[in-house]
Amino acid sequence: MNSMPRLFVGIFVVFIFAWVGLVATPYLQLGNMQPEVDPDTGAQLPPVPSGLAAHGSKVYASMGCVYCHSQQVRPEEAGADLARGWGARRTVPRDYIREKPVYLGTMRTGPDLTNIGARQPSANWHYQHLYNPQMVRGSIMPPFRFLFENRKIVGEPSPEALEIPGVAVVPGYEIVPTQDARALVAYLLSLNRNYSLKEAPVD
Amino acid sequence: MSAIAEPPSSIHAPVPDSAVGQIASRAMIDASTRLPVLLFFGAALFWLLAGSLFGFVASWKLHSPLFLADWSWLTFGRIRSAHLNAMAYGWASQAAIGVGIWLMARLCRAPLKSAPVLMIATGLWNLGVAIGISGILAGDSQSIEWLEFPAYATPLLFLAYGLIAIWAVIMFASRQVGHVYVSQWYLLAAFFWFPWLYGTANILIQGIGVNGVALGAVNWWFGHNVLGLWFTPIGLAAAYYFIPKVIGRPVHSYYLSALGFWSLALFYSWNGMHHLIGGPFPVWLVTASIVASIMMTIPVVTTAINHHMTMRGHFHMLGLSPTLRFVVFGAMSYTVVSLQGVSMAFRSWNKLTHFTHYTVAHAHLGLYAFFTMIMFGSMYYIVPRLTQCEWRSPRLIKLHFWLSAYGIIAMFGVLSIAGLAQGAWLNDPQIEFIKTVQVTIPYLMARSLSGVALTGAHFIFAIHFGLMLLRLGRTGPEPTYFENKRHDGGAVEGGQ
Repeated sequence: MNSMPRLFVGIFVVFIFAWVGLVATPYLQLGNMQPEVDPDTGAQLPPVPSGLAAHGSKVYASMGCVYCHSQQVRPEEAGADLARGWGARRTVPRDYIREKPVYLGTMRTGPDLTNIGARQPSANWHYQHLYNPQMVRGSIMPPFRFLFENRKIVGEPSPEALEIPGVAVVPGYEIVPTQDARALVAYLLSLNRNYSLKEAPVD
Repeated sequence: MSAIAEPPSSIHAPVPDSAVGQIASRAMIDASTRLPVLLFFGAALFWLLAGSLFGFVASWKLHSPLFLADWSWLTFGRIRSAHLNAMAYGWASQAAIGVGIWLMARLCRAPLKSAPVLMIATGLWNLGVAIGISGILAGDSQSIEWLEFPAYATPLLFLAYGLIAIWAVIMFASRQVGHVYVSQWYLLAAFFWFPWLYGTANILIQGIGVNGVALGAVNWWFGHNVLGLWFTPIGLAAAYYFIPKVIGRPVHSYYLSALGFWSLALFYSWNGMHHLIGGPFPVWLVTASIVASIMMTIPVVTTAINHHMTMRGHFHMLGLSPTLRFVVFGAMSYTVVSLQGVSMAFRSWNKLTHFTHYTVAHAHLGLYAFFTMIMFGSMYYIVPRLTQCEWRSPRLIKLHFWLSAYGIIAMFGVLSIAGLAQGAWLNDPQIEFIKTVQVTIPYLMARSLSGVALTGAHFIFAIHFGLMLLRLGRTGPEPTYFENKRHDGGAVEGGQ
């Protein structure tokens, strides 16, 4: 191996070989997948997220939620995801076609969020929980108080003002979610992949 | 693999010469690398300290979530990514580049040319890392593991790396005719692979806009190859150089070296999808990576045998040479972490360890116990040759070693136990989820403490390095050994 061209060809070939296998082929196989369209209603699956939820997905990225929360439900033989009630079925590639980045995750310091919108459909609960995650006893999730505004009430109190269990609000003040918090909660509520797909029917 | 058919050269050991003229030319080659290598080392150590502090904050938050909770830029999801990127791109990559440049010049037996180009590369690289980490803390992370840097930082890194890769090729082409040593294969390959990887991944994500699970595949193809095709080859290049160099005997087997190199290149590059076992991917894709992961046994065992046989009969020198002690610790850790990686690719074992701190423990064993320890050892050898003075204190080196060694063993141990407990309970749907969190907390606290030990080690090393830069090291005929004596009539070659 004293000749540079030969060495170079070798290291080039092994690199391309793996690139074709692990990058190009999956991209060709999965990169252009289309949503499933209901022939009667014309509705698309997975559904198109609202603009607010799409913004919320960016907040999710910005806060690094993916480092503790996965978004994938594995089949029965691969783990207890289904038994824990994290989804009605395993997730499949089509579930993620609208996602960039894709928050599959590799860590479950917190629970899986694939279907959190279905499992916890209350916006108020999410606001309270983001403000004070320790309302779930023993939780180590960091609070996101900086996504809320603690402001003096001027005139009428805001209809969005939150009551946070265990948090005393100073009289004359109110806690209201910022635009980022509203977007993040809209995104979390949009997380519901329990619809039926041809390749992954819900029984 | 026609290369293997080539007869093994009699020149197994790197620079085996002892003639006075060659020592003089070696000193000249070392001197030619001084500025760029010391710049990369200095910058690397800066990020090592910054990354240690980021890591400490992230670790502490994991068991005490109210710690520094009111600043968005310090929230766990950001500071954790700042830690990873500071360590991977600030510390490990720059240590790798510094060691790589120095090794390349020595093994090519030619003085380094165009030092200013490399120094521009240092500047660009550090600007890229600083902007990237600020971007993450400000909330612009791409939220793709190992690729968090926002799109406005990555071109700087790519440009910097491009300069280094071009330099490496020119350096290699201008080498003195003769045998190409195994370390050079690894160096040349790594210097090529990284810019390809980094460029391809960023173009696919930012340019072509790959989305959905195909993006997950790109993510882990890149994420695993950063370890497999960038840090690992540089680490092995250093181990292949310094072990024979310090003990003064040739590498055990040329054939094993070649087999280890090509099998690593072939199999490691296919490993990435084992991070996605059970996920929404075609079965063939994940299975291909599982197979490749198991095949990694070949390069790992080959390299382990080769290093062990080289070391045989010389293990007593671990008590003498700081370089050898760090590098051999790293090389042994390479065997351990790689075989552990093989086991974690099996679906049955992965079911327990996936999504848990066990994986975090594994990652630290690889990047720290293997790679970082080899970089420390290499720097103990290289820096005195650039500053013309010897390390001030064997005690500080000893303290550095033991804090690092015990620190990483403790971190690995407690995180592994935490991960196994967490995984076992996650797989039992009868157990409430919050219990899987609670069970890890004492271990996470212990992990924070182990991180303090590592941070202490890093500050000690940085101070020692600072003294060397200020030429406040020892002057003397002998390098700094742990014990003030030479074994067996001067078998330690490190002093040349």
